[in-house]
Amino acid sequence: MAKLNMVEAINLALREEMERDDRMVILGEDVGREGGVFRVTDGLQEKYGVDRVIDTPLAESGIVGTALGMAVYGVHPVAEIQFEGFLYPCLDQINNHIGRIRNRSRGRFSCPLVIRVPYGGGIHAPEHHSDSPEAILAHIPGIKVVIPSTPYEAKGLLLSSIRDPDPVIFLEPKRIYRAIREEVPEGDYTIPLGHARLVQEGKDVTVVVWGAMVREVLNASEQLKGDKIDVEIIDLRTISPMDTEMIITSIKKTGRGVIVHEAPKTCGLGAEIIALINEKALLSLQAPVERVTGFDVPVPLLKSEHYYLPNPKRIVMAVKKVMSF
Amino acid sequence: MSLFEDYHPLKGKMFQILKPDGTLHPGQTPPISDQEVLTLYQKMVFIRLADQRALMLQRQGRLGTYAPIWGQEACQVGSTVVLQKEDWIFPAFREIGAALMMGISLKNFMLYWMGNEIGSRAPDGINVMPVSIPVGTHPLHAVGTAWAAKLKGDKIVTLTYFGDGATSKGDFHEAMNFAGVYKTPTIFFCQNNQYAISVPRSLQTASKTIAQKAIAYGFDGIQVDGNDLFAVFVATKEAVEKARAGGGPTLIEGVTFRFGPHTTADDPTKYRTEKEIEPWKPLDPLARLKLYLSSKGLWREEVEQRITEEAQKEIDQAIKDAEAVPPPAPDEMFTSVFAEMTPQLKEQLEYLKSTLA
Repeated sequence: MAKLNMVEAINLALREEMERDDRMVILGEDVGREGGVFRVTDGLQEKYGVDRVIDTPLAESGIVGTALGMAVYGVHPVAEIQFEGFLYPCLDQINNHIGRIRNRSRGRFSCPLVIRVPYGGGIHAPEHHSDSPEAILAHIPGIKVVIPSTPYEAKGLLLSSIRDPDPVIFLEPKRIYRAIREEVPEGDYTIPLGHARLVQEGKDVTVVVWGAMVREVLNASEQLKGDKIDVEIIDLRTISPMDTEMIITSIKKTGRGVIVHEAPKTCGLGAEIIALINEKALLSLQAPVERVTGFDVPVPLLKSEHYYLPNPKRIVMAVKKVMSF
Repeated sequence: MSLFEDYHPLKGKMFQILKPDGTLHPGQTPPISDQEVLTLYQKMVFIRLADQRALMLQRQGRLGTYAPIWGQEACQVGSTVVLQKEDWIFPAFREIGAALMMGISLKNFMLYWMGNEIGSRAPDGINVMPVSIPVGTHPLHAVGTAWAAKLKGDKIVTLTYFGDGATSKGDFHEAMNFAGVYKTPTIFFCQNNQYAISVPRSLQTASKTIAQKAIAYGFDGIQVDGNDLFAVFVATKEAVEKARAGGGPTLIEGVTFRFGPHTTADDPTKYRTEKEIEPWKPLDPLARLKLYLSSKGLWREEVEQRITEEAQKEIDQAIKDAEAVPPPAPDEMFTSVFAEMTPQLKEQLEYLKSTLA
């Protein structure tokens, strides 16, 4: 079986789904001729033509607004927004229409589209190329938000996203686009949305994480073995709707929790998860749940980026804090 | 010369066939038979009366905030009547006329404005999108649908309505631009009713006409007298046929006037005077059709009475039917958000129900 990185896995998923579903269309800036600035859509226009892999004008709101119109007509658009920093012009369409059209029309019209967006920091990028908007998106009714953490996961989750009858925003952690290489099967397989992944079992503490931070948590967990701390790691996969059940089951077992996310601290998803734990497993807790997050500052340029991003050291500190409460 | 060449926006001519005095310009012929004119006039009367009734219902607390069409009937009737059943319309929020013409029942229309989303569930086969409130955001949808149809080889067109205010929005620019690049079968129909709430047309754009904005995007624009049913009919028909034949998009600017308030929550006396409104009264789209039909022996006071009575009866029934629909159950707030309720939504609905028990 071929070993692929995340870019190749997503490319494979897109290629196979374009073959399987002739209603699928890919659109975005530079996705066609160039094959995407990260090469994610490489070779697809060659294979499927300019009518199905479309280079659009430079207009983010236009890309997702027209994608809505296509989706309502029965096409399955997979739109790309080049970087999460440029997603914001789309929020009008996403919040005001994409997430609402099914509800507004009581089901007469619906919006089976996917918006793919490279997101997250750690690539020493220019400003606006390192943000994590998942909490903003999770707060919007009517859309789903998915974040893969490995190449295998990316293909399975993307196929589920494309086939979902409702709008999905698929955030791709660009930091690990090429960092991980693993076996990714050709042929159809899906990973269901709304179900988290138990990355590893552990009895001492539950760490909830997603995207590129999964790797940092695994790293921290290795270090913690030296301190005889046994870490259970949950990779959320779907931010919204979240797999609350797996989180709660784990917290009830371990009694201690740490949440890790790159996004700024205030009103990040860490807060939401702690609220859920509060509602459903408060009496199981042996310590307050800790959050290891970015800061309430714009993600800095490369010289300061190492201050911003959560790293294994901060994760280890947080775990030790809850263990010694 | 084609209509669009003849009335190229930079030539400064507004396309008109039927003058306010009910006579045609020399050399012009009516595009439809006199019987058809009478039928459409009847529809416009119905729309105006239904619109007035909605205003009244709002004042009585039986309808939510409502945006009246008063004055713009010809724009909507003249443009929808040339569409085929498979075509789609993408309205903003002032399109009672277009919705009814496309086959939305007055009952359903009222249900929406009474505050029940079920009214926006257009019947299968009637391609009328729900009301879109964020100004200028929906022409993109019209472009996308047209684009998808074109890619699939379906010969449908999409028609989207918006006002002069919407042409200042970024999404309008993006929609026009995409339509031009991909030559989508989209008709952009701007109802220039001279106001965006209180902001007059003169403050909205420095362009001499709205129609000429199409030139920048590489396609035809035409300014028509929006109160002239015949001109609206002909211009839209040409645009629709062109689009269906693969000729791409058109921008039609219908010059009209908003006689009523922006919505029932607006008081226009704060920003315009009777003096400003007066000149538009003789240009009323229904008035000139009355004069035209009179001259053809098809309109008399008795005809008006009959049409009005029939309309009011039908409106009465539609309101009765709409008000007979039971208020939505709490479930309805949750069950159409996704194809299948998420665990979170199920839980939240259960909670809501527990608070109502």
